[in-house]
This record gives sequence, structure tokens and C-alpha cells, in this order.
Amino acid sequence: MTRPTALDARLVVARPGFTLDLDLQVAAGEVVALLGPNGAGKTTALRALAGLTPLAEGGHISLDGRPTHILPAERRPVGMVFQDYLLFPHLSALDNVAFGPRCQGAGRADARRAAAAWLERVGLVEHASARPRHLSGGQAQRVALARALAVRPRLLLLDEPLAALDAHTRLEIRSQLRRHLADFDGATVLVTHDPLDAMVLADRLVVIENGAVVQQGTPGEVGRRPRTDYVARLVGLNLYRGHADGPQVTVEDVRFSVAERLDGPAFVAFAPSAVALYRSRPDGSPRNLWEAVIDGVERHGDNIRIHLEGPISAFADVTPAAVADLELAPGRRVWASVKATETHAYPA
Amino acid sequence: MSGRVPWALMVPALAGMAFLVLPLAGLLVRAPWSTLARRLAEPQVLEALRLSLLTATAATAVCLIFGVPLAWLLARVDFPGRRLVRALVTVPLVLPPVVGGVALLLVLGRRGLVGQWLDHAFGITLPFTTAGVVVAEAFVAMPFLVISVEGALRAADRRFEEAAATLGASRWTAFRRVTLPLIAPGVVAGGVLCWARALGEFGATITFAGNFPGRTQTMPLAVYLALETEPEAAIVLSLVLLAVSVIILACLRDKWVNSP
Repeated sequence: MTRPTALDARLVVARPGFTLDLDLQVAAGEVVALLGPNGAGKTTALRALAGLTPLAEGGHISLDGRPTHILPAERRPVGMVFQDYLLFPHLSALDNVAFGPRCQGAGRADARRAAAAWLERVGLVEHASARPRHLSGGQAQRVALARALAVRPRLLLLDEPLAALDAHTRLEIRSQLRRHLADFDGATVLVTHDPLDAMVLADRLVVIENGAVVQQGTPGEVGRRPRTDYVARLVGLNLYRGHADGPQVTVEDVRFSVAERLDGPAFVAFAPSAVALYRSRPDGSPRNLWEAVIDGVERHGDNIRIHLEGPISAFADVTPAAVADLELAPGRRVWASVKATETHAYPA
Repeated sequence: MSGRVPWALMVPALAGMAFLVLPLAGLLVRAPWSTLARRLAEPQVLEALRLSLLTATAATAVCLIFGVPLAWLLARVDFPGRRLVRALVTVPLVLPPVVGGVALLLVLGRRGLVGQWLDHAFGITLPFTTAGVVVAEAFVAMPFLVISVEGALRAADRRFEEAAATLGASRWTAFRRVTLPLIAPGVVAGGVLCWARALGEFGATITFAGNFPGRTQTMPLAVYLALETEPEAAIVLSLVLLAVSVIILACLRDKWVNSP
């Protein structure tokens, strides 16, 4: 990382039955996505960064080298976009954006000028005088972003920034948001449970489960080498933990030939589309082959996703034609195989 | 659910309705309509009306200035004994107003705990003055405002205040620029209710401020006095108070009367 670290934090929040403890470093200009299932502590982490949730013993936050956790929320150089935006309903879009500059001591005219410039950047000049209830979801999202950026924060926090939008708007706002985040020179932390948002918007993913980091890396690394079932599901891979011995990884009773040479605990991952199904045992190598029972059949895009139970449980994506030809129905016994070249093994 | 309404419920319901409506109807029936205009123009009536409007408005202002912050404190700040404070604040709501007047006299009277000091230090005496009327009315009416505003504060989404904080607003700024506009309907409703209560105040006022025409004799006091000497005048004054009540109810209809 050549860019200087802007945010250096250890977020510790203790609640009855739940503890969040995570280290987070974000460089200036970098976008980090906190990804995790519901209740993992993503929003709590964001609130702790904003100063809305107090840190427990041992936690600290520093921004550009200055301790920030000792400041109350209103004195932190932080901008936050809330999941449902929380635009002030009694103020126009312009006055919502001008609110931050006003609080920072700007005069009314100056604050409004700055707000108008921000609204222009997000393409909403013509809606400056509109009340939030007259804005569409996508417009409200952009006003919320402009409002958060108008305080000139060093740390920008986005809580599920696209979750409240419909599919079409989401596509459009996602690409716009990506552009605005690229222009922002401070650190950005965004929370999402949508892997696509994370992959498109973030330079780095931090996956948290049960209040702790389980994996982090670039979207490419995380996508290729998931380390938990949650991440594997997110990126749509079958993932197994087994034992490697040279070019072979044993998972339960199934032996996988893999392209990599490893020793010791290892992960094997492969895409559901790499799994081939047979009615009877195919000839040839006994490797990468196991007998399974179909547990479920469901539509998945243009294909059919088959849930397999057996020594290992797996997903297989097959064409509707194959389902008909092989008479794939729940309860049927099948043989499943995956090509060695389509598997990916890495140390656990 | 449909079906016949059971008599066991219908009869008492109608009787209850009649009980509430008939006296008001009687007021209208017995009103001296022919001499109404002349009676309304009588200086004593006008004086009482002027004093009533003035003191009720002043009392409402006092309640807003102190009651809104008090409601905020009860709704937003977690302090030990909060429940006790809330209970104490709402005592005047159920306290007989006469008792309130006696209590005010004991504290703010010339020889009262605070009154003594007010008299010595500033030469201020409250009992039996117009200011005393305002104090008595505010004492009785403030709980209405506090309860209404506190309810509005509790119903308001606190996360707007958090959003304001992330934008650099102190708690005071957030209250002034975000919370207060958001709860404005609740404050207005509470204010109107408070004003109506102040306007109708009798017990505490007559106990603490006495009954001096032009100084402390508000409409309800005038009604009571007139009833003994000049019943028709009492009816006219009552009509005025009834009209004010109906207008207030009309203003608040969206808030309370049409509740689901």
C-alpha cells in the first residue's frame, strides 16, 4: 500500500451476548467494504466509527494520526450516509446539504453556495428546493451522499447505501456512487450484505461474522479464495476444508486432484457450474468423483441449481435440458464429478 | 363484526351521551339571545375576557419556555430518579386545583418560602396580582404541555438527531434545528391544550390570585360570581367559554378527536 493510512482503528463494542472486536485500517482514498451476514456487527462498527456507539475498553480510532475516539460525534471529521438516508423532512434538499457547513460555522449564504455546488456534483441542482418526500429513492440517496460529503469529512461512512433502492435505480446509483467515491480523497468504509455492491464499490473487502474479521482482501482474492461458508455462498462457490497432500486434497472420503501442490490443512473451492452429474458411475479416475443424493432442485438464472447431499454437500448448476435427460429429481442418486482444472486449492 | 347492538351497551351509551350533551344544549336553549350582543359589550365582560385571554396566553408562553425543555429532559436524558420526576411533574394534572392554589400561596405568598425572598430581594409579590393569575394557570396547565411534548419526542425518530450529530450539530443545535421542527405538531397541540386548560382555570386562580375585577377576575371567576347576582350574565360568559372550547376542539380534531 503506497497511500498513507488515514483510518487506523480497533473497534471494540461489548453488548450482552455480543462482542464486536475488529481491527480496521483504511488508506486515504481507499474504499473498504464491511461485508457480513445480518447481526455480524457491520452497522455497529460504522456507528462506533461515527461516535454514535461508544467504544469499550481497548478500542481506539485515529484519523490522519489524530485520536478521534475521544471526540463526540459532532466533532469528528466523519460524514455518514444512513441506510434510509435520514434526510431532514422539514428542510429542502439544499438546506439538508447546507446543514453540515452551517454547523461548522459557515454563514447561511456560504453554506447554501457550498450545498448548491454539491448538489450540482450529484446532478440534482434542479431539485434543490424539493422536500425529501418529493424525491425518488435514487435522488434521496444522492442528496444524502452530498450532505455527508459537504462536511468535508476525512472518513466517509456508508450504511447499506443501495439497499433501499429498486433493482434498476440500484444499477445506476451504484455506478454513480463508484465515481463519487473515486473522487473522494479520504477513507471510505461502507457496509453491505450485497457482494455485488461490495465488489463494484470497494478496493478491499473485510468480511465479518459474529463481530470478528474472518477474511479480508481485494474483491478478486476474496472472490477466488473464500475462507468461510458465508463468503463461499456470497461469491457462489462450493467450499470445503480438507487435508492436502501434494496435488491431492482429501475432504471427508472424497479425494480431489488439484492444480496446486499443497501440504496440510487446505481449502478446495469450485463453481457449481463445474460440477457434472451422471446417472451411473462414469469410467476413469476415481478422483474428484462422489456419489450423492439430490436434496433439492431450484431455478438459478437460466440454469437449474441442484442441491447435493452425500459425503460432501454441494451445489451443481446444470441446464434445464440435462435435468430432463437425467430425470434429476429430489431423492435420486447421482454421481457428481468436477474437473481438476476447475478446482482451486489454497492453504487453510 | 356486525350484528345487532346489545341493549345492555346501547342504553347506557345513549344515556352517557345525553349526560354530556344535554347541559351544553341547555346552555344554548336558555341563552338570552336577544340581549346577547349588548351583554357581551358590557365592560365587565370585556374586561374579564381580555384578562382571560391575556393570562392564558402568558401562562402558555411560560409553559412553553419551561415545559418544552423539561419534556426534552424527561424524554432524552437518562438520569437517576427520572420516573419519580415524571410522576411529580404530572401531579398538578390530578391535584385538585384548589390544593394547587393553597400550595402556591404557601410557597409564593408574601410569607411563603420563595415569596418572602422575592418580596425582599426584588419587591415582587405574586398573590392577588395578574402575574399571580398567570402563575396559577401555568402551574395547572404545564403538565398537559409536558406530557404532550414528551410523547411527541418519544415518537420522533432519534436517528435524525444522530444524523445531525454526524453533520457536526451539537445537541442544542440538533434540538433547535432538527428535533423541534420535527415535533412542532406535538408542541402546537400541547400548547393549545395548555392554553385551553389555562383559560378554564378556576380553583388555583381564585385561591392564589383572588377575584378582583380587572386584575385577577378571569372568565371562569366572572361566571361564578355572576351566577349569584345575574344568572343571565353567567350564561353569556359561559357561552363565550363554550365557543372557545369548540373552536379549540375544531383546531385539534385531526390530532385527537379523529384518532382511530
